[in-house]
Amino acid sequence: MARPFTPKVITANDLLEGDVIYFMADNSWTRDLAQAELIEDEAEAQLRLLEAEKQNIRIVGAYLADAKAGPNGPEPVHFREDFRRKGPSNYSHGKQEAEAHV
Amino acid sequence: MYKYNAFDAAFLAERNAQFRAQVERRIDGSLTEDEFKPLRLMNGVYLQLHAYMLRVAIPYGTLNSAQMRALALLAEKWDKGYGHFTTRQNIQYNWPKLNDIPDMLDALGEVGLHAIQTSGNTIRNTTADHFAGAAADELTDPRPYAELIRQWSTDHPEFQFLGRKFKIGITGSPNDRAVVKAHDVGLRMVEQNGEIGFEVIVGGGLGRTPMVGKVIRDFLPQADLLPYLEAVLSVYNVLGRRDNKYKARIKITVQENGIEKIRDLVDARFTERQREFDGTDQALLAEIKTHFTPPALRTGSTDAYQAAYDADPVFRAWADTNLAEHRDSAHAIVTVSIKAHGATPGDASAEQMRTMADLAEELGYDELRISHQQNVILPHVHKSDLPALHARLKEQGLATANIGLISDIIACPGMDYCALATARSIPVAQEIASRFDDLKLEHDIGHLQIKISGCINACGHHHVAHIGILGLDRAGVENYQITLGGDATETAAIGTRTGPGFAYDEIVPAVERLIEAYLTLRSDAEETFLETYRRLGMEPFKTALYPEAQKKVA
Repeated sequence: MARPFTPKVITANDLLEGDVIYFMADNSWTRDLAQAELIEDEAEAQLRLLEAEKQNIRIVGAYLADAKAGPNGPEPVHFREDFRRKGPSNYSHGKQEAEAHV
Repeated sequence: MYKYNAFDAAFLAERNAQFRAQVERRIDGSLTEDEFKPLRLMNGVYLQLHAYMLRVAIPYGTLNSAQMRALALLAEKWDKGYGHFTTRQNIQYNWPKLNDIPDMLDALGEVGLHAIQTSGNTIRNTTADHFAGAAADELTDPRPYAELIRQWSTDHPEFQFLGRKFKIGITGSPNDRAVVKAHDVGLRMVEQNGEIGFEVIVGGGLGRTPMVGKVIRDFLPQADLLPYLEAVLSVYNVLGRRDNKYKARIKITVQENGIEKIRDLVDARFTERQREFDGTDQALLAEIKTHFTPPALRTGSTDAYQAAYDADPVFRAWADTNLAEHRDSAHAIVTVSIKAHGATPGDASAEQMRTMADLAEELGYDELRISHQQNVILPHVHKSDLPALHARLKEQGLATANIGLISDIIACPGMDYCALATARSIPVAQEIASRFDDLKLEHDIGHLQIKISGCINACGHHHVAHIGILGLDRAGVENYQITLGGDATETAAIGTRTGPGFAYDEIVPAVERLIEAYLTLRSDAEETFLETYRRLGMEPFKTALYPEAQKKVA
């Protein structure tokens, strides 16, 4: 039996700021993982990644990252993606800083 | 210290202008990321987890006050108000924006600093003893040779596309503070028949396959340095493997071919190369040496120092740990700790950098050094100025008295920043430092080096730590392996793994058990952790680390 497919989100870094970004269902990018499109089908994931890479002039290094559905949208599976979502643990910089300014 | 001449300044300005145009072409879409990436890496620009990172070389760890102020300016104007001093005498900025980086490089160029060859498969920043030019045990200042290597290796056409990166370390002292045995090439100045030359060590390195370098040449006359280095690089360039990234460093070339074969090949190449050198390098070296004339050290009474030492216990504790012996008995070498308990090892704020620049200018003959141990050194301070210096450092949170102690931890950026990391390093360092500060045991424990890497590449030098910690990803969870008995000095040794790793919330208690065991086992308060380990071996420490396993055996 084939292994079950772990749902994915498409993530990359913004070309100018380097910030972690996620691909949304409308083909635009968000800085918030919860807003990302959760892709549940393996073939669809590859097609969506190709779609995202069409925007390589504005993004860097798009890839598929494991994710799971949460009450407020996609959530990370691996701790590396959790750090990418939040920012560093030694200072409230990056996304934590952006949140503090909201 | 070395001052750029018109050629250096023009070269750097042109290089920065080229990079500015490359950035513009990436942003307007003329360059793809695949085309741009090698260009940005050649100029020290990485893309990390959350942002770009700019790595600036601090050649052989030497700065003047104007350069330190420029580093502060970059932190404040284009980053988040701080910089991170690394384990290879570089400074890293963690948050630059891509289109600001050309301006940052121009600002660095104005004070004679750059980010060239801080990445890529090239000859990297040559690191040196951070006490160079000041240490009491030094034969001669190694920095003119490091500067000669910098000029020779920068943009050297033959060595821009090596099989892998190539790191050179140099020391002018018999006591190795530059970890030269863990470099691709280590240079140790030695004396033979009244002449000073180099012992050349090759094939050292940490990372996936840690190795202590082997001596390839007992004594190399000073004048033969560049032709000999070219011979080593040339043999590596031909023999080094390009089929497997993990077997591409020269340490593997030496291991697979044997030091004898490498030595023979290098000697043969050296004979050829030597003929190509017409003395220009020696003329250049003579000119470089004029920039490294030792400062005219002032004389005067050191009574003020002794009075403060006797009267103020806080000053005394700092003096006992953070001062090293200067070649002039009225002066001291000051190590400024960038390791306040609970802070990120190696991080300094713009304000702290300016304070250190001011102190260097006012009290330290305008000289600063950065150590691979991620601290800042004022290499020449008259002892009578130490009480005032200490007071100024205290105001900026820079007077932590912990050099060489358990909280003077080397830590790589780990998974808080680094795209290669498999686990975090910084919070582990912060918690260990805070824990032993709370226990008030630090000074009782004495000399102890803890070094933490967040992945197998070992930027945190964990293999050569007395207690090394390596963070790994084990089935999607952070896991930390411990090694014991490593040594980063002239008696270099790779540490031995204790056994299974520890979870994130278990690693600090595990270190605490090791320390408790050491305090019980040591013969007296003078015996260091490393000495106790060498006397008793792994077993008693294993027992302390893995009490559950012991119970099962019993």
